[in-house]
Amino acid sequence: MQEVKREVLVSKASELLNNGTVDRVLGWKAGEFDYDITPAVFYTAEELERDFVWNDFCGANFSKYLVAETGKSENKLLVFLKPCDTYSFNQLLTEHRFDRERVYAVGVGCNGMLDISKLRSSAEGILHVHTEDADKVAVDTLYDGTVTLDRASLLPDRCVNCKSKKHVAYDELLGADGEVLDSGRFDEVERIERMTPDERFAFWQGELSRCIRCNACRDVCPACTCEKCVFDNPQSGVENKAAATSFEEQMFHIIRAFHVAGRCTDCGECSRVCPQHIPLHLLNRKFIKDIDSFYGEYQAGAEVGSRAPIVDYRTDDLEPGEAVERGGEHA
Amino acid sequence: MRKIALNQLDQLFAEIAASRKLYLPVDTKAGAKFEPWQQGTVLSDALNTVRSAKDFFFPQTENLMDFKVEGKNIEVIDTRSECEDFVLFGVRACDVKSFEVLDRVFLAEPVDTYYKNRREHGVIMSLACTRPQETCFCGTFGIDATEPEGDVVCYKTEDALYLDARTEKGSALLESLGCLTEEGDWAAVDAQKAKTREYLAKLPLADLKTDGFGAGTTSKFFDAPEWKELSATCLGCGTCTFVCPTCQCYDIRDFNTGHGVKRFRCWDSCMYSDFTKMSAGQPRLTQLERFRQRFMHKLVYYPTNNDGLFSCVGCGRCLAKCPIQMNIVKVMKKLGGSAND
Repeated sequence: MQEVKREVLVSKASELLNNGTVDRVLGWKAGEFDYDITPAVFYTAEELERDFVWNDFCGANFSKYLVAETGKSENKLLVFLKPCDTYSFNQLLTEHRFDRERVYAVGVGCNGMLDISKLRSSAEGILHVHTEDADKVAVDTLYDGTVTLDRASLLPDRCVNCKSKKHVAYDELLGADGEVLDSGRFDEVERIERMTPDERFAFWQGELSRCIRCNACRDVCPACTCEKCVFDNPQSGVENKAAATSFEEQMFHIIRAFHVAGRCTDCGECSRVCPQHIPLHLLNRKFIKDIDSFYGEYQAGAEVGSRAPIVDYRTDDLEPGEAVERGGEHA
Repeated sequence: MRKIALNQLDQLFAEIAASRKLYLPVDTKAGAKFEPWQQGTVLSDALNTVRSAKDFFFPQTENLMDFKVEGKNIEVIDTRSECEDFVLFGVRACDVKSFEVLDRVFLAEPVDTYYKNRREHGVIMSLACTRPQETCFCGTFGIDATEPEGDVVCYKTEDALYLDARTEKGSALLESLGCLTEEGDWAAVDAQKAKTREYLAKLPLADLKTDGFGAGTTSKFFDAPEWKELSATCLGCGTCTFVCPTCQCYDIRDFNTGHGVKRFRCWDSCMYSDFTKMSAGQPRLTQLERFRQRFMHKLVYYPTNNDGLFSCVGCGRCLAKCPIQMNIVKVMKKLGGSAND
């Protein structure tokens, strides 16, 4: 259940379209089922009324779309942002990836978005999903009648360990703003840190060996906005569409994790879109955790213009050797 | 028609695996996946595997040949390994149909001998569906989920697996398993099929039509204004193409090993910016063109070149896996006109 209702979003978007503040709206569009919602650009109030959706399946983070979309018109575009999306929004502004003047950002409170894979593995033959209740999700199925599931069991890791209910960027807010949360999001990272090097290697090899190099993680990632990715560039010498060895998958994901380190806001889109359920966000969280412990707490995207510690030299920075020592026997 | 009790499946699998490799769907934390059978392997109840069965004939990567370079001599090294007999158990009707789509590409002149070898060495034991999902629409393409094609067609009822050979390869396999199985009749299978057909009729996509698409409709759809809206938020990733049982595009590359070359083939995706790059560049410069290519290929170009056969089998994998939930059903409904209102 979302506390802010669909009608409130539709009415706000229609108002801003009608009074000329914006000429189009980036929002979520209804699909064939209750859960298959597609990001879409809406141009009229009628389209909004007919197709706009706001429910527990609006997980897509729209921030990255602004890079391309703001280049298409000089007029403002309305974008709806959940709290975690606003961090990506700020980070992209920090990197000068879109023109803030061409965006009207409306923050929307979020009660967590459901994981479609978890839903589909909990109910077979889904006909309708009822998400009006705060704690339960009722699923009408073809085989087992109505199945009632605990909403908490259907949340993805990024929502279970939600880092913030606070909107760090908006022109206008729908619903009440929340707080930055003590999320426990590093618990899983710590569990992996406690592994021996061999166990850790086996863990990641097991996860990454499932990779099919569809590049969905990269293509959805708001921190991956290079005009031409090195892995798509035949001139780069590292372009590859598939792995010749299992090690190549690790190369791709580890290089990507390094590339977004200090810029990744931990929005969790990489893991949401992975068709093979690889917990890619854990690689990014490891970097975030290390940056926090080596240089002091830093949240990418918390504000516009901040310099990530790893690109900001200070004379009292940690010496490289200290980072190795900190790892102890498991370094 | 032969029959074996479900609680004896392990013996059946062991007997098959004794003479060749047997692959079947098993559950993993990332969904069902075809794995080699070994003692203790449990057959998945999942409707379908995350990755399709095409991997067995058209693997994601394969080494075609090696070149060893010594001075001015180049030695060509045969690295072929695709001549091993295997059995693929539990292939659903949609995936079996996808083999026909792939055959028409790879077995047409010039024949792709890598693919052909794998096809000849593989025996397909298909499995009729009993619990189709909301994302299923194989019926749209004339496929009967309860009556798959295959070398041996298998039907699961409450307590037994029924096996019916349809080809010489299938008969030979069933004969070799003769002592484990007993003679079965169609009554229980027909009852199961009738029940499944009731479910199939109630699926949300049961009414999806291909009317209007097919051979010779290029000019009708190519410049349709709807492509803009449909492709507007496509990420350009390759998820749909890589989970698709009928997508068949590939790239061949040379990998420099330092003292030679490995020539490998890997899947490619029309969604990628460097797909079919030529001396004049990539022919499709925008994501709209790439997106259009994929669906025009499935619904128009392939049927035009293949007697009207569509190159979609309605397995629903792209519906489940697309990061933005855009897929061929939405495309067909948007472009298909009144048939799909």
